Amino acid sequence: MELFNKAKELFHYSGSLGFFIKDTLKWTLIKKRDVKTLFREIVFIGIDSFPLVSLIAFFIGIIIAFQSAHQLKMFNSEIQLAPLVALSMVRELGPVIGALIVAARSGASITAGIGAMKISEQIDALESFGIEPIDYLVVPKFIALIVCMPILVIYADFLGILGGYLVGAFKLSIPYALYFRMTFDVLGIKDILSGFIKSIAFGGIIAFISCYEGFRPFSSKDVSRAVTHSVVRSFILIIICDSILTAIFYFSWM
Amino acid sequence: MIKINNIYKSFSGKQVLKGINLTVNKGETFLLIGRSGAGKTVLLKNIIGLITPDSGSIHIDGVDITQLNKQNLEKVRLEFGLVFQSGALFDFLTVKENVGFFLKQYTDLKDSQITERVQETLSMVGLKGIEKLYPYELSGGMQKRVAIARAIIYNPKIIIYDEPTTGIDPISVDKIVSLIEDLHKRLSITSLVVTHDLEVGLKLANRLAFLLGGKIIFEGDTQDLQTTSDQRLIQFLKGSSGGPIKEMEV
Repeated sequence: MELFNKAKELFHYSGSLGFFIKDTLKWTLIKKRDVKTLFREIVFIGIDSFPLVSLIAFFIGIIIAFQSAHQLKMFNSEIQLAPLVALSMVRELGPVIGALIVAARSGASITAGIGAMKISEQIDALESFGIEPIDYLVVPKFIALIVCMPILVIYADFLGILGGYLVGAFKLSIPYALYFRMTFDVLGIKDILSGFIKSIAFGGIIAFISCYEGFRPFSSKDVSRAVTHSVVRSFILIIICDSILTAIFYFSWM
Repeated sequence: MIKINNIYKSFSGKQVLKGINLTVNKGETFLLIGRSGAGKTVLLKNIIGLITPDSGSIHIDGVDITQLNKQNLEKVRLEFGLVFQSGALFDFLTVKENVGFFLKQYTDLKDSQITERVQETLSMVGLKGIEKLYPYELSGGMQKRVAIARAIIYNPKIIIYDEPTTGIDPISVDKIVSLIEDLHKRLSITSLVVTHDLEVGLKLANRLAFLLGGKIIFEGDTQDLQTTSDQRLIQFLKGSSGGPIKEMEV
C-alpha cells in the first residue's frame, strides 16, 4: 500500500512538474525579456558562482592527475596524463561538477527565494497585479541558467586541466608546451560538444527543479524541506541525465 | 459591487468556507470580522480570483469571476487594490519599484514620470524620501503604508485591506486607520476591510459581516451590533473566552 502511495505521489509530482516545464517553455518563447532582470539573474547564478567553480574544478583536476599519474607510471605512460585529464574534465567532470555546484549554490538559493516569496504572499501579490509568476520569476532564471552553465563548464574544464598540468609539470616533469599540445590534440569537437549539450541540459534541470520546488511551500518549515528536495532531486536528475546522454553519445558518436 | 453567492471551499478535505453569501455595495467600506483562522483571507483570495471556490459564484460589477478564463480574470484583478496581511512588498525591489510596479508593467510612462507618481502617492500615505530603500529597511508600519501606496497608485475600483493593522505599534495603527479613512473620503472607492481588530474595523466601516465556522452568521450595519441577540457575536465583541464559541471553533 505504501509503495502504491509512493508511486501515486511520483506520478503526481512528475505530472505537475511536466506542466510547469511546459508553461516555462511557453513563456520563454512568447515574450521579450527585460535585459536588466536577465543581467541580474546572470550575475547571481553565473558570475557569482565562478569563485566556487574555480576552486573545486582546479582541485578536481589535481586529484585526477595524482590518481592517474600513479597508474600511468606503472605502464611507463606518464605522458598520457594530459589527454586523460582533458577528456575526463571536458566530457564528464566539468559538466557534472559544474552542475552539482550550481545546483547546490544557486538552485538552493532560488528555491529558498521563491519559497520565501510564496509564504510571505509576494507570489499572491504578483498574481493580484495580473502577473504570471512563472513568466516573471522562473523564465529569467531559466534563461540565465541555460546561458551561464556552458560558460561555467568551459571555465571549469580549463581550471581542471590547469590543475592537472601542475601535477604533470611538478610531479612528472612534463613540459608546458608538450602538456598543452597533447591536451588540445586529443580534444575533438565531439568532446567539447558533448560537454556543451550536457551543460545546457543540466542548466534546464536545475532551473525547473529549483523553481518548481520553490512554489510548493506553505510554511517556513516547508521552505527548508523544499530546499533539501531541490538540491537532492537536482543531483539525482543530473546524474540520471548524464548517464543517458553519455550512453547516447557513446553509441552515436564513438 | 461585490456579490458572493453560496461559495464553498475546502483544502485537503477540510471545509473552510461553507456556503458564504455576502454583498458589498459600491462606494461603501465593509468590514469582515472573524477569529484568526476563520477563513477571512481565504474568502478574500476567492473574491480576487487567487483561489477558485469549489462551488458558488462571485460577481464583481455583474461579472461572475468564477467563470472567467485566466486572461479575463487577470483583467478583473486589475480593478482591485489589495493590501496583504504581511504587506507582501517585493523584497528584491526598492520602495519606488514596489509602488511603481503596476505603472512599469502596464503603462508606457517614462521612468521620471513613474518617479513623480510614486512620490505623489507616497506623500498621500505620509511617506517621503524612502524611494531608494528596500522593504527590509522599513518598520512594520511603514511597510503597510508602502503596501497601501502600491495598491492605490493605479486608482483601483475596489480596495481590499487584509488585516491592515496586525503586528504594528498603536501609533502606527492610528496612522493607518486615519489614512484608510482619508483615502476613502478622497477617492470614494469601495473598500473591504478584513480584521479581527474590532476597534479598528468599527472606526472604518459602516456595514459588517461576522464569519464563524465557515459561515456568515451576521451581516448588517455597525449600529445593529448594539441590539444583536446572537450570543456568539456578543462573545466575540466582548472578547470573552467563555461562551458558545469553543476554543477550537474558528
